[in-house]
Amino acid sequence: MSHKLDFEKPIFELEEKIQGLRQFAEDNDLDLSAEVRKLEDKVSELRRETFSGLSAWDCVRLARHPGRPTTLDFIEGIFDDFIELKGDRAYSDDPAMVGGLATLEGVPVTVLGHQKGRDTLENIRRNFGMPHPEGYRKALRLMQQAEKFGRPVVTFIDTAGAYCGLGAEERGQGHAIASNLIAMAGLKVPVISVVIGEGGSGGALGIGVADRVAMLSSAVYSVISPEGLSSILWKDATKASEAAAVMKMTARDIEALGVIDAIIEEPLGGAHRHQAQTVEAAGKWIKETLGDLRALPLETLLEKRYDKYRGMGQYEG
Amino acid sequence: MKLDFLKRKKWVRLELSSQDVREAAAIREAAGLSQSLSTPAITTPAVTSTVHSEGLSHNIKTARSITAAPKDPGSDEAACPDCGAIHSKQRWERSFKVCDQCGKHGRISSPERVAQLMDQGTFSPIAKEVTSVDPLAFPGYQEKLDKAMLKSEAGDAVLSGTGLIDGIPAALFIMEPDFMMGSLGSAAGERITRLVETAIENRLPVIGFCASGGARMQEGILSLMQMAKTSAALGRLSAEGLPYIAVLTDPTTGGVTASYAMLGDVILAEPGALIGFAGQRVIEQTIRQSLPEGFQRAEFLVEKGFVDRIVHRVEMKAVLAKLLRLHGFAPALAEATSAAASTTVNVKGGEAHVS
Repeated sequence: MSHKLDFEKPIFELEEKIQGLRQFAEDNDLDLSAEVRKLEDKVSELRRETFSGLSAWDCVRLARHPGRPTTLDFIEGIFDDFIELKGDRAYSDDPAMVGGLATLEGVPVTVLGHQKGRDTLENIRRNFGMPHPEGYRKALRLMQQAEKFGRPVVTFIDTAGAYCGLGAEERGQGHAIASNLIAMAGLKVPVISVVIGEGGSGGALGIGVADRVAMLSSAVYSVISPEGLSSILWKDATKASEAAAVMKMTARDIEALGVIDAIIEEPLGGAHRHQAQTVEAAGKWIKETLGDLRALPLETLLEKRYDKYRGMGQYEG
Repeated sequence: MKLDFLKRKKWVRLELSSQDVREAAAIREAAGLSQSLSTPAITTPAVTSTVHSEGLSHNIKTARSITAAPKDPGSDEAACPDCGAIHSKQRWERSFKVCDQCGKHGRISSPERVAQLMDQGTFSPIAKEVTSVDPLAFPGYQEKLDKAMLKSEAGDAVLSGTGLIDGIPAALFIMEPDFMMGSLGSAAGERITRLVETAIENRLPVIGFCASGGARMQEGILSLMQMAKTSAALGRLSAEGLPYIAVLTDPTTGGVTASYAMLGDVILAEPGALIGFAGQRVIEQTIRQSLPEGFQRAEFLVEKGFVDRIVHRVEMKAVLAKLLRLHGFAPALAEATSAAASTTVNVKGGEAHVS
């Protein structure tokens, strides 16, 4: 992994040392297994220490890490028979949002999510996972189709935000997101969302109104980017790390505020270094949760979904 | 909550003086309005119950002018915030803070808006006791709240309540641009949600005046969730077959645009209002070019298909009343009050018992 975060460096160094020692032992036919084991214990301890003491800003950087599994990685790793469906039937297809049909333990479901690129070229094509209105309208089309055919909906959230540009405004970015909020609040099938990386404001919520919402343990979810908050608060975009802490945007913070239902633990070392295990952990939660939701009568499901959002917020009176 | 506002007291329906009508016509003409009240689309009788100017100035005596700064405190004159034309303060208030030179709609407070829209003395606030707290212990937020509370009569970024519009019972929420830029926080979201639920219970139409800088960042994720919460409530209203009319005023941006501002069955806007999802500075930074003239203005949104109609402030009440009538809502009995403990009014879908 070429993209190393500063707090990961001691871990990487130690791992390289172990690797070097192993190589040395092998080349020279020596038994250094005791030393290797000692160092391995040390690196485990270091990983535990590092990843239990992550700051909000560390989480932001992990959530944005280019090596993290993307929506398509989760879809392909968790579901069977995936077939992608494209287009909003009004303007175009938005590659920043992907979706389609698949099965989960034999049950047909609709899956969709923000899609970041896995390299620079793909990122450019996918607009770095920032959808235009047509992306949200494609999502809406797929969700309404799911409702028609009685399929549960699973969404994956991973966006810095809905795109802010001329075309996005002209084609009604606000309207597109608003339409999804009202539709998802009343969608007559179970809806599950997982924040797998960045949960950027309205652009995230636009596919995130669900019966159950989980966040990966180093994912973030916020009303504005830390850079944006920092430039508004302190007229200084470089204080983003302080802004991240102030805003309470980590999975633990968001859970404490009653906005999500679960945290899916990433393996120590982070999702970007343990893609398969992360996908597996998410899959396990989705399967269990979907089972619970499918057992509920529709009326109860909708009542509970309404009550959940009805109860969000803190105020006096 | 079941409402008893219909029996509260005798409604006073006031007539516009001929001078008011002349002034309103002058303002419309100056603003180059083609859709005037005299066109068949909006018939004149609706005007007869527009707020009486005396009642207006009485009702808003505590509200401050936000954008039209007087030349100096104590001066009798106010300058148009856009073209700088000087108006007598009295005339500025009587023209609903619309400049008769350039047509600029000055910003007005929620109590002023109530006075312009609701039949005099009929507005009854809902959830006014709901106020903001500081859930994240966000630096400086409590101080900002305290300051805003002192400045604004609404007590938060939304004023909710019920009342009569040309005699027609309606639920109304008005965003308060003077309260932390009309930002949507938990209290504002709760005030809107309670209003919508009251409307469902009493089978009332909902009218929402939007004016907001977006979600209130000081409440973090909780403010974002107000978008989902208010949308869910409006979803229930919609499922009940009750109409929601959104009126977008300057400025309507961010999370409010991405939720209830854009969910109206009918969406109206005031002339020249800035309406958009992203802020103009953010867009310019993203695309690294300056924005075309008129971008994100109300007229632009009509052209792009996101707003039904631009409505001049002077005509707003008449247009709203007409829309309510077109949705099957009729005036409550004007003398409803002196009647006994329970009154029957005609509302959509038959008769409702209001007691």
